[in-house]
Amino acid sequence: MVNAETYKSDDTIAWCPGCGNFGILNAVKKALVLLGRPPKDVLLVSGIGQAAKLPHYVKANCFNGLHGRALPAAVGAKIANRALTVLVTTGDGDCYGEGGNHFLHNIRRNVDITLIVHDNQIYGLTKGQASPTTDAGVPTKVQPRGVILEPFHPLETAIALGCGFVARGVSSDSDHLTALITAGVGHRGFSLIDVLQPCVSFNKINTHEWYAKRVYKVNEDPSYNPADKAAAYQKAGEWGDRIPVGILYQRARPCYGELSGIDARIPLVDEDLSKTDIRPLWSDFS
Amino acid sequence: MVKDLSIRVAGEAGLGTQTIGFAMCHIFKNAGLHVFLIQDSMSRIRGGNNFIQLRVSRQPVQAIREQCDIVVTLDRAGVLLHGKQSAPGGIVVVDKSKSGITETNESYFDVPLYAMAQKAGESDLYVNSAACGVLGGLTRISFDIIQQVLESTFANKGPDIIGKNVRAAREGYGFAQAEFKADTFQLEQGADSRHLLLNGNEAMALAAIQAGCKFYSAYPMSPSTSIMETLAGYADKYNMVVEQAEDEIAAVNMALGASFAGVRAMTGTSGGGFALMTEGLSLAAMTETPLVIVVAQRPGPATGFPTRTEQADLDFILHAGHGEFARVVFTPGSIEEAFHLTFKAFDLAEKYQVPVILMTDQYLADSVRNVDSTVLAWQPITRHIISREASAHVTDYQRYRFTESVISPRAVPSWITDVVYADSDEHTEAGHITEDPELRVKMVEKRFHRKMELLALEAVPPVVHNAEGAGTLVIGFGSTYGVIREALQDPKFNQWGHVHFSQVWPFPEKTLNRLLIKVKKIITVENNAGAQLARLIKRETGIEPNKSILKYDGRPFDVDYLVQKFNEEI
Repeated sequence: MVNAETYKSDDTIAWCPGCGNFGILNAVKKALVLLGRPPKDVLLVSGIGQAAKLPHYVKANCFNGLHGRALPAAVGAKIANRALTVLVTTGDGDCYGEGGNHFLHNIRRNVDITLIVHDNQIYGLTKGQASPTTDAGVPTKVQPRGVILEPFHPLETAIALGCGFVARGVSSDSDHLTALITAGVGHRGFSLIDVLQPCVSFNKINTHEWYAKRVYKVNEDPSYNPADKAAAYQKAGEWGDRIPVGILYQRARPCYGELSGIDARIPLVDEDLSKTDIRPLWSDFS
Repeated sequence: MVKDLSIRVAGEAGLGTQTIGFAMCHIFKNAGLHVFLIQDSMSRIRGGNNFIQLRVSRQPVQAIREQCDIVVTLDRAGVLLHGKQSAPGGIVVVDKSKSGITETNESYFDVPLYAMAQKAGESDLYVNSAACGVLGGLTRISFDIIQQVLESTFANKGPDIIGKNVRAAREGYGFAQAEFKADTFQLEQGADSRHLLLNGNEAMALAAIQAGCKFYSAYPMSPSTSIMETLAGYADKYNMVVEQAEDEIAAVNMALGASFAGVRAMTGTSGGGFALMTEGLSLAAMTETPLVIVVAQRPGPATGFPTRTEQADLDFILHAGHGEFARVVFTPGSIEEAFHLTFKAFDLAEKYQVPVILMTDQYLADSVRNVDSTVLAWQPITRHIISREASAHVTDYQRYRFTESVISPRAVPSWITDVVYADSDEHTEAGHITEDPELRVKMVEKRFHRKMELLALEAVPPVVHNAEGAGTLVIGFGSTYGVIREALQDPKFNQWGHVHFSQVWPFPEKTLNRLLIKVKKIITVENNAGAQLARLIKRETGIEPNKSILKYDGRPFDVDYLVQKFNEEI
């Protein structure tokens, strides 16, 4: 029986007190308990950054790889063994900056994994430089006159690319985030959950209070239809005084495992290699 | 009657020089002869000037000659660029009216190839089959063999296309027999037609399948791409996934993800792509995740010569990746060695949980030769993971546990009842992040010193010919094996020995030291400008080679060039 204790890790947590990551960690664990998956069948993949430490704080399989490269490693593992429930925990710098190309192409690839982006709009581990999602005009140590680049818009980008599950949560609302993660893992294909979180050490603008005043749930409006792509795109563009959270866009689309045919075959990892014999191919080369 | 012929077919990209080359390989092979074919292509899809060079012999051959007995030209540029490439007594097949050649030259053999193509099929497309017919007629190969090969080459194009190709070939064949009466190029029939025709990349792809590779991710890059294409053709049959990645960084990280999950995985690229993969190489070492990487070299720096050959990435491959860690670098010298070392690469990578690099080049990747299939015998696979049965009993697992054998038993996630933590940070035995200095030292020694010691014990010794008592020793690595072998067949060099490195790292210094101390002169042969092998030998043995024969024009060594260079050293 899977319960809250099942996912408890022995590793010591290295985050700042009050960090938004704690809310995300709790939501990930609660979602895994709700899903009833044993730790041995769950794989958490991460890159580098504060978000990327999360897998160490959960008792589940973990591949903590390179900065920006969590997605390709996660996809390789899922293709090799579809019995694994694969979640990627990453940050705004890791995923949208260093790993931007993998973000774009894995939405296209649509492998059945869940991407959770801890989006605190700042670089925490390197102590306070602008991230791809830092709002224009925000001053940092590297951008002392304020960021002059337009921020990257992950949700609009994902919707434009036809991502099958696009959601936004907020780290302070752990129950809501738990529901999003549970739905994201349940969605067949690539799921994106961008999570707004404060960085208590380096982001003095986007604080708990700042978010609390602005966020609202899209499903509070019963007429909101997450299957409507144009409406979802418009909703994803809302930012400033009011910030929507929840499942902004969802549609069923065939995933990599189905299209490639591998879901109809035995998982690669279960193949008995001792039976491999290439001699039948000789006729193609003679 | 001849025993050994060199043939060149030249024409702009799109005219089908490759088609003729491959068809003639099959024709000669089916006539029981040995063939060796190289491709010299410009980096473009149409236009320019490409050629194939084919050696055909009663004896096994694995190198090209500088001059050709028969040069077939398909256009004017072919005549102008290759018309002087014929050996004394050789001929140049020229379609004078098509190529607009008015001058007379006693080596020209005017053949209306395009008229034959039009007559046979009302299209210039059939010029390839007409040229095959001419080559068959000149060498007096039975037309039945030519017809069989063309029928199988065009088998899926329907009887009309097959018929037109066979007619074009018959036109060429009849013309050559009628107009070229001398038996100058008549080949002695060979004895053995059972062989396979493989190029280096195909051999590596087949070996990867045989080794149980289940995941190959790569970004297309010449000259490595045909590994991916060959594997893709068999992916469904062998339940394998071949994934074209968005870039080389994704390719290496996907392969590592698949390997971490328990399958044998490989990626392949050339120098520029490998540059992008180097952080992933370092990750493989740190996480102790098995990985096989093919680096098919081409001339650099940067984009360099995309379709040509060089061996200039030795220094780079030996040192690639930040931090210190154990790796294996194989440098196969033949198509058979490419096969066997690829198989071994998967075994070593898994056994020692290290990255293994197979370093080839365009010359080996693309050259086609007869290979005896019995030499590529089926081999059993030994897995070096905790078996599925044993996994059921693993309840308390540490991925990086220190053991007497150095190697930490590797578990497959989801097979054991515990979980697996792998980490790119310095880590504890359990796989969690640490900054402990004592643990750091032990982990470095494990990944670097201890693994290197174990890998050195497994190192493939150099291939040594005639080295005992030799006054002069020629040393090469990788694709130069065949051309050095043949150049040294000249009786003038019967006191010369040959050492070929099939593996350059860990460096087999013990074998080499024993050989080097006795010789008077050491010559390295390298397709690079920096004498990288000579410098490696000096660094590892303290003995400095006396001379390096270097070639860095993007073209492979040929036998005649190497013999000339060796003559200068007598």
